[in-house]
Amino acid sequence: MSPDLLLLIGKATLDTLRMVAIAGLIGSLIGLPIGIFLATSGKGELFPAPNINRIVGLIVNATRSTPFIILVVAIIPFTRLVTGTSIGTKAAIVPLTIATIPFFARLVEAAIRDIDKGLIEAARAMGATPTQIVFKVLLAEARPALTLALTMTIVSLIGYSAMVGAVGGGGLGDLGIRYGYQRFMPDVMLIVVVVLIVLVQVVQSAGDGLARRFDKRSRKN
Amino acid sequence: MTFPSSEPSAGDAAVVFDGVSKRFAASGKSGAFTALNNVSLAVGRGSITGIIGRSGAGKSTLIRLVNGLEKPSSGKVLVDGVDVGGLDEAGLRNLRRSVGMIFQHFNLLSSRTVFGNVALPLEIAGMDRRAIEARVRPLLDLVGLADKHARYPAELSGGQKQRIGIARALATEPKLLLSDEATSALDPETTQSILELLKRINAELGLTVLLITHEMEVVKAVTSDVAVIDKGEIVERGHTFDVFTHPKHETTRALLSGLPGSKLPDAVARGLKPAASAGDRAVVRLTFFGATAERPLISQLIKSVGAEVNIIAGTIDEIGGKPYGSLVVAYAADAETSGRAERFFTENGLVTEVLGYVA
Repeated sequence: MSPDLLLLIGKATLDTLRMVAIAGLIGSLIGLPIGIFLATSGKGELFPAPNINRIVGLIVNATRSTPFIILVVAIIPFTRLVTGTSIGTKAAIVPLTIATIPFFARLVEAAIRDIDKGLIEAARAMGATPTQIVFKVLLAEARPALTLALTMTIVSLIGYSAMVGAVGGGGLGDLGIRYGYQRFMPDVMLIVVVVLIVLVQVVQSAGDGLARRFDKRSRKN
Repeated sequence: MTFPSSEPSAGDAAVVFDGVSKRFAASGKSGAFTALNNVSLAVGRGSITGIIGRSGAGKSTLIRLVNGLEKPSSGKVLVDGVDVGGLDEAGLRNLRRSVGMIFQHFNLLSSRTVFGNVALPLEIAGMDRRAIEARVRPLLDLVGLADKHARYPAELSGGQKQRIGIARALATEPKLLLSDEATSALDPETTQSILELLKRINAELGLTVLLITHEMEVVKAVTSDVAVIDKGEIVERGHTFDVFTHPKHETTRALLSGLPGSKLPDAVARGLKPAASAGDRAVVRLTFFGATAERPLISQLIKSVGAEVNIIAGTIDEIGGKPYGSLVVAYAADAETSGRAERFFTENGLVTEVLGYVA
């Protein structure tokens, strides 16, 4: 394989990492509070706002049920507004971020809802404010689950990032489509797939390890 | 407000329930129901007061009214003279910082160490790190877990977890401790040690303890006062000793019948008949307490009855620090023997109950 091609693969890998990192960071930063809100704003919960909860839930569901490839195309005007362009790596970050937000929010919601209600009651009995309960109890107790949620989100993002290649988004997916498929270079396709597999493996193992370290629920010495 | 004479007056009480009712509206599958119906009760300052009832009797709701985790539908709950229902959220948080609570399933944070769990209420109250450290250490000593301060709850036994729960509840130096079935998830031996700890805290810190339980053993072991709750109503209350020795309500009797020594052996219970025929023996329960508990009653009984007396079941125990005995005996049911026995019981001030007759 020519050095040029290797260079291309290296650059594509970096592009993918950049897209995943930025979309993952912004998406989870926005998704986290939305997830917390979804988990705590039902009737009789810490910040009761059942109507807003329902509306936010509806928007989250709508975004999640839109196929990613359609989302990419549908928000092109918005992407252009934010980045000034609708093609390339920079442009791809916008739909990736938009897709990450509801995905991560639902995982955060599930992680928080999973926490024993007795802990919330105990904290209330201590005189904790709802905000204190969120930070000192819910987020602290959900840390292992949140770590796994973030891991799952990044893994999905890697998959999505390959899809934006189809609309000129750059990165490994783009490389695979243009060289591997359109120019029929199976070796490039193979390398692209292998790099993606390695990326996912590394992220998953790191996430699992971190979650295990955070998890104090099982007896170990 | 009027209370029976055995109750502390409202001024003396740490907690007063005044005509409290709690109704839950219908939601989803469950219909509307009344958890508490016009409950009035005063919890004496410095006492260990037990509220006993079967599951679903309303005791969980009752204890949660004290720190405002539940709100009464009508009536008032006063804690140290303050109407809990009249407090806003900030006032309620202040109240909760002066009322400790422990739970059946401990409710410890798995992500925090022993130290961190006890420190939590102090962090919530906005105390600085050094003051927290100074407060937590002696508490861990008090509950005997100083050496485990860096462990996580998952590494501890149930009894140790409850000790942390107790240390945590005491962290803000409350005057009142609420115990929600705190020993129900523990084995009998651990239960005893936790109850001993509660007793010690009550005596040493002068803390009022209000506990709910479904176990008469718990009530017997630690409480000075007890209220029996059934279907959302207080059916009986008083000093624990009086309620145990003279139970009036059917629910109380049913709860008491589970205690060891109160139960007849199955073989006897099966053969019991309501009326005597010739040659039968009478089965009689004698209850004795105070001074009578210390006299050689049995030998005197055998002498005065002048016939054989069998002991079928019996227990000698202490309730609220007073000796108490319950003895089931059998003797010939003929008129002469019975007459002598009854005379003996009256002379000695024994409380008796004829349970039936056996062949």
